[in-house]
Amino acid sequence: MRPPDTNEILLQVEGVALSFGGVRALKDVSLNVRKGEIRAIIGPNGAGKTSMLNVVNGFYHPDRGTITFKGRTRDRMQPFEAARGGIARTFQNVALFKGMSALDNIMAGRTLKVRRGLLWQVLRCGPALKEELEHRHRVEEIIDFLEIEAIRKVPVGRLPYGLQKRVELGRALAMEPDLLLLDEPMAGMNLEEKEDMSRFIVDVNNQYGTTIALIEHDMAVVMDLSDRVAVLDHGVKIADGTPDEVKNSQAVIEAYLGVAH
Amino acid sequence: MIALGQFLEVLIGGLMSGVLYSLVALGFVLIFKASGVFNFAQGAMVLLAGLALVRALDLLVANGFPLWVAIVLGIAFAAAIMATTAWLIERFVIGPLVNQDGLTLFMSTIGVTFVIEGAAEMIFGSDVYPLRLFPTDAWFVLEDVFPGGILVNKLDVWGALIAGILVAGLAIFFQRTKTGRALRAVADDHLAAHSVGIPIGWIWFVVWLAAGLVALVAATVWGTKLGVQFSITFLALKALPVLIIGGLTSIPGAIAGGLIVGAGEKIAEVYLGPSIGGGIEYWFAYVLALAVLLVRPQGLFGERIIERV
Amino acid sequence: MLYREAGQFKTTYAEDMAIFPIRQDRIALAVLLGIAFIGVPLLATFHIWPFGSDYLLWAILLPFLILALAAIGTNILVGYCGQISLGSGAFMAIGAYSAYKLVTGVHIPLAWLSFAISIPPLPVFASILLGGLIAAGVGILFGIPSLRIKGLYLAVATLAAQFFFDWAFLRIPWFTNYAPSGSVNAPELNFFGLIVQSPIERYLLCLLLVTLMALLAKNLVRGNLGRQWMAIRDMDIAAELIGIRPLYAKLTAFAVSSFIIGVAGALWAFVYLGSWEPLAFSIDRSLQLLFMVIIGGLGSIMGSFVGAAFILIVPIMLNLIPAELGVPLSTETIAHFEFIIFGSLICYLLIKEPHGFARLISIGKEKLRLWPFPY
Repeated sequence: MRPPDTNEILLQVEGVALSFGGVRALKDVSLNVRKGEIRAIIGPNGAGKTSMLNVVNGFYHPDRGTITFKGRTRDRMQPFEAARGGIARTFQNVALFKGMSALDNIMAGRTLKVRRGLLWQVLRCGPALKEELEHRHRVEEIIDFLEIEAIRKVPVGRLPYGLQKRVELGRALAMEPDLLLLDEPMAGMNLEEKEDMSRFIVDVNNQYGTTIALIEHDMAVVMDLSDRVAVLDHGVKIADGTPDEVKNSQAVIEAYLGVAH
Repeated sequence: MIALGQFLEVLIGGLMSGVLYSLVALGFVLIFKASGVFNFAQGAMVLLAGLALVRALDLLVANGFPLWVAIVLGIAFAAAIMATTAWLIERFVIGPLVNQDGLTLFMSTIGVTFVIEGAAEMIFGSDVYPLRLFPTDAWFVLEDVFPGGILVNKLDVWGALIAGILVAGLAIFFQRTKTGRALRAVADDHLAAHSVGIPIGWIWFVVWLAAGLVALVAATVWGTKLGVQFSITFLALKALPVLIIGGLTSIPGAIAGGLIVGAGEKIAEVYLGPSIGGGIEYWFAYVLALAVLLVRPQGLFGERIIERV
Repeated sequence: MLYREAGQFKTTYAEDMAIFPIRQDRIALAVLLGIAFIGVPLLATFHIWPFGSDYLLWAILLPFLILALAAIGTNILVGYCGQISLGSGAFMAIGAYSAYKLVTGVHIPLAWLSFAISIPPLPVFASILLGGLIAAGVGILFGIPSLRIKGLYLAVATLAAQFFFDWAFLRIPWFTNYAPSGSVNAPELNFFGLIVQSPIERYLLCLLLVTLMALLAKNLVRGNLGRQWMAIRDMDIAAELIGIRPLYAKLTAFAVSSFIIGVAGALWAFVYLGSWEPLAFSIDRSLQLLFMVIIGGLGSIMGSFVGAAFILIVPIMLNLIPAELGVPLSTETIAHFEFIIFGSLICYLLIKEPHGFARLISIGKEKLRLWPFPY
């Protein structure tokens, strides 16, 4: 079940600017994500979409601007603080732990939920073992949900790309995030894989009520999935609204098709 | 005046032995620049080159060849050995390991180190072999400024000269020749370089050969100073901190790092050593490198690395 | 045909997460432990072949056990956490000399404070464990640079540890209790009233400790902390984004690794060598440990044992086999052969099978499961 649409703002990015050397990746971008929605960020290559996600989860520190997440405003934070705050993330080029099995990858996503420290883990008995089993149980639910039971013991380096993307989604879900950032979840997939992934995204949003912000190139997918779409071009937000509003925006059409002079 | 004179003598001695570290460090930088491989085997290559040279020389002289002929043939022989080594390394180790991460490549060069050390000593023997290519007597300079003058070893002057020529040569090679340009392209992105038709295997062979020849040059100077022997590999290990201090990708950095380490450890040994038991030359370079790493991880001359996801 | 897991159903996650989920493996391990704990001591007590003399115990099994333990420590840092270390020998030395100082009593006069720190001599067992803890502390200290620097750079940081401690234990007489020769002697090995003296007793002591520590290490690497280490090893940026703190993960790896290596160092000095000099823990030892880990298998506890066994057995074979064939090799040639064999094996394994012999064994088992009908 999907939570009733509220207008409660989960994430507010305000006036963010970011540059690398002389290249200005983001220029004064503001956008928000409402609780429970699927929010898409689209734009041509080099528009600053991935930079935007990197700013949100603390990998890049913006030169200017603030990020308000769950009511707390800050101008910079460390990636692991973002994770602790409840932001999970997948990557454009899959960033799995290649030497570990699919199961271990997803189990690693539970790190923040682990309560027992080193000394308990050494002994691996009593409360530590009980905790480990609870995490395993949660992870198996995610494995069921993503339909990857058969590959749980396979080192992820050996999996085909589509399955790797699924494991990566599983790892992000294992964190039980409040906000899930997906960086091109369907890049490089065939039609069938795209359909599967779309279904998982919608199901995550429906079943767990997870707020999702995603970057995607496939317009059809974006328009179908998302509640609201923001369009970036050359580091500037040029449109923001429902899929229909964005589709009809003059600025978007020009950005994608070029301007006739 | 005596104190200043002594300090200058220590400083010059240190700078000069720093040049020797730089000679080895140059070989490291060459390989690191071109293939991203942190070559632990550079010290072993110095040993191999030295052994090949000195044994060939001894054999030729013993068979009645005139000295200059023996030297030319000996150097040619040692160069041929280094070329073979470069080819073998490229063919059997670095080639197959293309695309592996830096750590794997580094560990593979530790393996290469052992093979070279074992093979070199098995073929050429494992004693101490004296090498006399350069004069080793001392000069006393500035005798009218300081009482007794300042002692400068002629060999050190030769070493500095050779290092200078080598750096100039390498600079020209990198900047002006076609192979040099291809080399820099491979260093930047070997896949992209491959796609525009640069033969990577050949380039890597050239790099390892260049590093081998640099090792040969280092071996002539070091061999004259200490005799060709196994412990050269340990001294060559000091090129690692030299590199960290200078920056891994910088040829001027290798020179500057060598000079800093050489001078620093001599001065520390003479002025600090006696109060804490002596022998601090043994670790000074490494601890200095550690300090540099904490303050400026890319080294004095290195490029800053920007990471992306 | 015997090696099948058909019919072995796992009904709980706990069963599925066992170290050896397959019954045949558990039986094999039980047999191995039985031989190690009961068979070997029995044979050795009655001097039955191959234990006619103490050679096998002293020269092979004892060093094997202790070095395997040190290799486990090295493997945690290098194989599991991906932090290269060329300084394992130094951490063995720290364990050994700390234990030595603690067992003989520590006295640090602080003249300018007109005060002295004095710790009375501690029991042997406590000293060995505390020696490990001190090594862990120093390990954390030298691990701090790993937070800013990676891979190759770290190699130099660990080399700094190696050379600095080589020097310190040689030149600072306080560590050796001012022994004029620089060599120190192990204390009487009194464990809670039991005096460990004969080779069999020493062997059993090490076997017990090493088995226990290997089990605990295995627990760590298959738990959450182990997953954090491997995550840092495989992709540190992604690890950070799922909430793993690099600071915590790396420093715990340094601490645990150094603790194990430190204990191994203390055992090496006290139980195996008896009297020792800093040379016993030189860079050669560090490289030897690294080789054990690469050959045995990066990221495998069992591999550490396999690697240690291999590294120790090769020189003995080089000694025995040519002699049997009538062409005995000189010690020097053997050393050269050793260098060449280990070096080329390292290169070969890094190219063909980075997970070493441990992976080769598991591939073998995989095949055995299907044999003789691999369809």
